[in-house]
Amino acid sequence: MRQGDGGLAAGLFSARLRRYGFIFSFLAIPLILYVVFVISPYAQAFYISLTNWRGISANPQFIGFENFTRLLDDDVFWAAVRHHGLLLLAMPLITIAIALFFSFLLNLGGGSRGGAMTGVWGSKFYRVVYFFPQVLAVAVVGVLFQAIYRPDNTGVLNGLLKWIGVDPVGWLINTDLALWSIMAVVVWQSVGFYVVLFSAGMSAIPRDVFEAAALDGAGRFRLFFSITLPLIWDTIQVGWVYLGIAAFDCFALVQVLSVDRGGPDNATTVLPLEIWRTAFTFSKFGYASAMGVALFFLTITFAALSLRVTRRERIELS
Amino acid sequence: MMATQTSAVRVAKADSTDAGRRPRGPVNPFGALSHIALIVWTILVVGPILWTFLASFKTNPEIVGDAPLALPQSFSWASWGRAWEKAHIGRYMLNTIFVVSVSTAFTMLFGSMAAYVLARYKFFGNRAIYYLFVSGLSFPVFLALVPLFFVVRNLGLIDTHLGVILVYIAYSLPFTVFFLTAFFKTLPNSVAEAAMMDGASHTRTFFQIMVPMAKPGLISITIFNILGQWNQYLLPIVLLSGGVEDKWLITQGIANINTTAGYEADWPGLFAALSMAIIPMLIVYIIFQRQIQSGLTAGAVK
Repeated sequence: MRQGDGGLAAGLFSARLRRYGFIFSFLAIPLILYVVFVISPYAQAFYISLTNWRGISANPQFIGFENFTRLLDDDVFWAAVRHHGLLLLAMPLITIAIALFFSFLLNLGGGSRGGAMTGVWGSKFYRVVYFFPQVLAVAVVGVLFQAIYRPDNTGVLNGLLKWIGVDPVGWLINTDLALWSIMAVVVWQSVGFYVVLFSAGMSAIPRDVFEAAALDGAGRFRLFFSITLPLIWDTIQVGWVYLGIAAFDCFALVQVLSVDRGGPDNATTVLPLEIWRTAFTFSKFGYASAMGVALFFLTITFAALSLRVTRRERIELS
Repeated sequence: MMATQTSAVRVAKADSTDAGRRPRGPVNPFGALSHIALIVWTILVVGPILWTFLASFKTNPEIVGDAPLALPQSFSWASWGRAWEKAHIGRYMLNTIFVVSVSTAFTMLFGSMAAYVLARYKFFGNRAIYYLFVSGLSFPVFLALVPLFFVVRNLGLIDTHLGVILVYIAYSLPFTVFFLTAFFKTLPNSVAEAAMMDGASHTRTFFQIMVPMAKPGLISITIFNILGQWNQYLLPIVLLSGGVEDKWLITQGIANINTTAGYEADWPGLFAALSMAIIPMLIVYIIFQRQIQSGLTAGAVK
């Protein structure tokens, strides 16, 4: 080499410098944005939850776990937690059941044709239509369903009921019904997503599995429960975790759709709504952050539990 | 005659799905029932949306009247004009287009830059930074809500589009980095190495070699981010308060018409506004439905 050893070392050194310079220049901006707007707020939230900060005083006062002990006596908080519990149980169950039913029809309902399992006629069309609500903003869907659920005959649903001679139902003003009405909107919007998700899982099943089963005389119910279900169990679990996490949100829908934002009489309130209201309507920032921490631990507990269950099932299967 | 008969039989066979294999005979109740179920759900999905479009052409008494399911008596576009002008849907729409296009573009730029470096360069702290990004996926946004508001306010960015854009980028990074890191790892080394041998700089290798190779992954995540940011509701109502209505985004504008509609009671205007929010998504969805479906389910099929 014409530069000699020293030049080579310098060249290597400068190549290395360029490499680190490049790594730094590519990571710096995303990392700064992420730390400033995501990591630092999360870290601050835990501290703010231990203060009585109301936004006016420059220095929030440290009050230990007082916010959390107050939370334990807060009826609205417990109502919200109960609603999350109900959503967590019912929403994934209903959504997954409907989505599994439709994706089975769309992928395998046509039986075997020319050796391959096919969906019913028009399955592509149905899949496209079913998925569409997923693309709409939850806030838009909320406003839309407000017109559908209106309590008198002017609501679309009650108009239909009147047509068949049934008295109008207070979909959103009946305390026993309101949360279910809101859950129905979530199901309406998300079924298509899970149909597509499960369809992907079903199309990954080798076709000779079905052929062998069909030759052995397995009917549709056997095909579904003994073959399809176990083979896409992983995908179903992914869907379950997604819907479980969604059950801890529901903010936009409850905020837009429910009577009095979380009403009537707190019958539909959820923690995200309470956090938002406590912070930005009542300026109780410390207390709102304590709710945020509670929500965080609820979500994490759910995620950890479902991961554990998943792992156990995997061991059983193998 | 024979020919038509056999073809009729063939059609009947195709209609009743797997009639050939089953001993039950050519008529299959399962097929009919499954079609009924599928059509019922289709009506449930399409019905409310179609009804919104129709209601936007009705008059107030027609909507509030006793026959909410009737067709409009005459098609009037007046409500669309009112929604666009008086309810400022046009303004909100343009605001949203501006905010989402800028923030998605920069989300993709920064996200792919970070993901590329994390996927293909070994250096001290690589894993730590990767996990820092990915950890953002497991936190509920509501935990950060209060401090986030004050961080943005202290930077003087509250009630500005720049503030919303920066926050959108930051909150889109965890998934973008998570997905694209995995994607960049799957790309072959040889092309990039050859380019570097030929004297291309790291930056040039990235923009001219790696980005084109990563196109399928980038498109999926771009769609994912556009939809996610377009439909965002919580962050706008926290970061763009009531005082700056001229800066509002579409979701917040629609939700607000709803709450004020009770007083002014311009129902056709509300449904025209809703239709205006739905139609662009419908068009985009019809054109890109394959990419949208794969983009949105991308997270689950890692």
